[in-house]
Formats: sequence, C-alpha cells, structure tokens
Amino acid sequence: MLLSLDDVKRVANLARIEVSEDEAHTTLAQLSGIFGLIEQMQAVNTSAVKPMSHAQDVMQRLREDVVTEIDQREMFQSIAPQVEMGLYLVPKVIE
Amino acid sequence: MQWEIVIGLEVHTQLSTQSKIFSGASIAFGAAPNSEACAVDLALPGVLPVLNRGAVERAIKLGLAVGGKINPLSIFARKNYFYPDLPKGYQISQYELPVIEGGSVKIQVGRDGNEQEKTIRLTRAHLEEDAGKSLHEDFHGMTGIDLNRAGTPLLEIVSEPDLRSSAEAVAYAKTLHSLVRWIGICDGNMQEGSFRCDANISVRPHGSDRLGTRCEIKNLNSFRFLEKAIDYEARRQIEILEDGGTIHQQTRLYDSDRDETRAMRSKEDAQDYRYFPDPDLLPLEITESWIAEIQGSLPELPQRMRERLERDYGLSGYDATTLTADREIAEYYEAVVDKLPSDPKLCANWVMGEIFSYLNNEGKFFDSCPLSPLQLAQLLMRIKDGTISGKIAKEVLRQMWLQASSAKVDVSTWKSRDSRFDENLADRIIESQGLKQISDSGELEKLIDEVVAANSKSVEEFKAGKEKAFNSLVGQVMKAAKGKANPAQVNDILRKKLLE
Repeated sequence: MLLSLDDVKRVANLARIEVSEDEAHTTLAQLSGIFGLIEQMQAVNTSAVKPMSHAQDVMQRLREDVVTEIDQREMFQSIAPQVEMGLYLVPKVIE
Repeated sequence: MQWEIVIGLEVHTQLSTQSKIFSGASIAFGAAPNSEACAVDLALPGVLPVLNRGAVERAIKLGLAVGGKINPLSIFARKNYFYPDLPKGYQISQYELPVIEGGSVKIQVGRDGNEQEKTIRLTRAHLEEDAGKSLHEDFHGMTGIDLNRAGTPLLEIVSEPDLRSSAEAVAYAKTLHSLVRWIGICDGNMQEGSFRCDANISVRPHGSDRLGTRCEIKNLNSFRFLEKAIDYEARRQIEILEDGGTIHQQTRLYDSDRDETRAMRSKEDAQDYRYFPDPDLLPLEITESWIAEIQGSLPELPQRMRERLERDYGLSGYDATTLTADREIAEYYEAVVDKLPSDPKLCANWVMGEIFSYLNNEGKFFDSCPLSPLQLAQLLMRIKDGTISGKIAKEVLRQMWLQASSAKVDVSTWKSRDSRFDENLADRIIESQGLKQISDSGELEKLIDEVVAANSKSVEEFKAGKEKAFNSLVGQVMKAAKGKANPAQVNDILRKKLLE
C-alpha cells in the first residue's frame, strides 16, 4: 500500500498532532518504511495460524462489581488548569 | 411515487451495575460533579482498565433473552476521537468481535383487531463505556466537564434495518425497553439517559430491494421524540428525492422545540474512528458453564409468559400483552391469580382496569401499589361468592384505596412484607358500610313485591311478551336495593312472581 502526503496530514489532523511540511515528509518516509515491513509480513502464508488480538495468550481477568473508589476530586483537581463548581473547565467546544 | 421507509435502531442501554465498566467508581446518578470520577475515568497516566464482571453478566442475560450468539471470545477496541468529555482520546468499545451477535425481538404491530407479530433481527450487542458530560453554558466562554458518567457501562444493541415505520420503531424500542427492565439489566430511566436511541433512516421507492442513503439521528431519549424525529426525517428525505436531489450520509440531531432534524456533522469528516484492539484489555472469555449459570437465574421471559397466559388462563392476546408489558404488572397480576386461581380473567380485568387507572391517576407504578395483590384478591373473592356485586366492588375498592393510601405503609414492599397489609380490608369495609348483598330472600321478595306493585305498566308489557319490560323491572329492583341485590337472584324471583 502506498501512503500519500495527504494521508499523513489527515491522520495527523485526526490525532490532533501538528506537523510542519518538513515533518510531514519525514513522517511519510518513516511510515512508508513501516508499511514495507507490514507488506513483507503479509506475504507470509498464515492460513493455519489463529488470529490473535493481543500479544499475550491469556484471557481478561474480571473485577467483582463493587464500588472501591472514594471521592478524591480535590486532589485530582489540584493539578487542573481551571475548575469551577467541581467542573473541569476547557476551551469552548461546540458541535 | 410510493416510498418505503427503512429504519434500524441502535439502542444504548446503561447497565444497572454498582460500579463502572473499567473502574471501581460508583455510577449512582445525581452525584456532585466529578465526585465519581476516579483516576481511571480521568485517564491519568499509568492507569489500566479492569473489566467489571457484572457488566458482562448483564450482556450475557440480554444475549440469552434475545436468542443471540454469545461469543466465547470477544475483543475490546479503541474508538478514537477527540472531545474533552472523553479524556483518553478514545472510547473503549467492541468492534470486530462483539459480546453478542444475532438474535431477534418480536414486536406487536397494528391495532384494533389487526395486530400482528413481527420479528426484528438484531445485528449485535456490544459492551462499551459512556463518555462524560459537557456543559456549554455559564462558564465565561469555557466549557465545563463532568466526568461522573465517563466509564458508565453501556450495552449498545443494534438492530437490522427491519423496521418500516415510526410506529414499528417505537414498538420495537418499547419492547426492548420492557425486556431490559424485565431481565434486570437496565433501569430504563429515559430522563436520566439510561435508555437512548439512535435511528438510522433511509427511504427507497416501494418494491426496491436496494437501501437508500441513510442519515443517523442521534440521542433520542423518549418514544415520542423517536416517532416524531423519524416522521420528520423520512419526509425530509422524500422531499429531497422527489425534487431530484440526493441524500448525503449525515449524523443529525432532532430539535424537539422546532420538531425538525438538522445536520450535526457529515460522516466524511472526522468520522474515521481508526478502531484497533485495545492492548490494555485481553480477550473476554465467556465459558459454557458461566452461560448456563446465568440462564438458570433468568426469569420467565415476557414472550413466554404472554403465551402461557393465553394458553393456561384463556386470556386474549391483548390482555396477555398488556399484562406482560412490564414485569411489575406481570408480577402483581400473577400474585393476584395465585390467591384466586379460579378466575384469572376476573383478576386480569381488575388489574388492567381499576388498579391500573388508580395508579395512573397518581403517577404510581405497580411496585408501589398501596393495595397488595392479596387485598385485591380478597375483594374479588367477595364478588365470586356473591357477597357483593361488581358494581359495589368498585365502590369498596375506592374506599380500600383511600384507606390504604392514607395508612402510609411502606408501599414499595408489598412483595416482601405482605403481612403489613391489612388482609381483611375489603371485608371490613363491606361490613362497616353495610354493602353486603341482600341474600335474605324474604327481604328481597318484599322489595320485589313493592316494585311490581308500583310498576303495573311494565308488568302488563312483560305479560304481553315484551322482554325489555322485564329488564326495566330488574333495574327498578336493583335501584331499590341500592345495588346490594344479587342480579341473578332478582331475575329468578321476579320471573317466578310474574309468571305466577
């Protein structure tokens, strides 16, 4: 698969990462290298291999449904740039 | 041109757990802002999600109730997007391998003797976490963020595009709403957002088998809005197509004040969620034995119960559907029949009629009915044994209701503490008000003689062959007896006297 400069910019925008024109070119080259590796791997016949979603072959551990957390709002909000009435304040977002 | 509306619903049900899906914070509604947002919910560095067993159990319950496939292995994925009420920058959801696949829900469509059953197929149901809440007002140009809701467990139930009208969509949503409450996985509180619908709507020329371009209406939190939003949106699409235009795939919002939908965002921009398996979570394993254990704890399902009420109690489809619309009604009804097994139909009439309208008037539900099923059954027994007529019974019930309501019994507990309800309430009222039917035939005969003497014209007419005149005489006797006579007995004596 061939990656274009536009793809790189689009993904950067979706991830909210600011990239300059130069950085976009560098990133394109790096990502294309990674894509090359993936292409190599995809050439391997894996029809007999069970797909896995995680590198470790173990199952998810489950928690009992009990409330174990206490209210630590004050501590958490002590590092927030701005709070009011218990709310975290952020620059206005309207959709 | 004739158009066909095609609708699929995505329903977000908030699961009735104590704690969040990936953290041990409480999900109780109405807490002070951010007092229930722990380090995991805030996405502080270094935290890891740990899955709540209770959320998975509830998903399995739904899978069993809709006859879906419960995947032995399912995968959690990250759905990436940026919004301040989603502190991680992604929502943990399920994408490729959801916990439930397939299944179906049966709905009743049509009315007035034209009822039909229709099967709506489900695509899937998957577990995910809710986002926080953004408050856009009053913060001098800033947005306030409350993360109490972040991490609340949701089960998103996705239907196939099998619905063909807003009425069908509402019937489906109501059936599902009743089902999730019935099996106890969601409280169904729509005001608090525990049950919200997204509707995917498209239109196509009647008879076409290709789907039109769809628009998604987000966050419909009442059945009425669901209906109105679909009606508006279908009309909008049809108008565009009839004017030669094309539909653009969009996410839209329903504005209930203006009764219209409007574009929220186009699917093409920023809707690339770049799903990938969440490396913080391992595959979820659900074993056969776990499923069997949960199967054993499930109550009888409404569909089953409906069939049983029709088959065993001889109730009509309408009665059986009404009584199983809600688990509280069903439980109440069953408890009444339990005390009066000889007449399930009489029990049904009173539960759906009198009790229902009293509760409705007071905005109460069956679980907080001031009269216990036993108390109602005691009253109905007095109709059965001829102590009082049905008409008098209504008056007795009215007084029972007043007394029980003012007794301030903790009404939420009729299920667990039946003994706190006065078992003899009906009898006491019948006794103290002298409402017992006149069973002494001598007394009744005296009344009848008086009526016969005072209505010679009707008597003549009856003797001339007018059956209607007889009914009028019965009416006169009942009136004279202030309703306390047994109509069948009056019939017998009166007829005998007139034919003497």
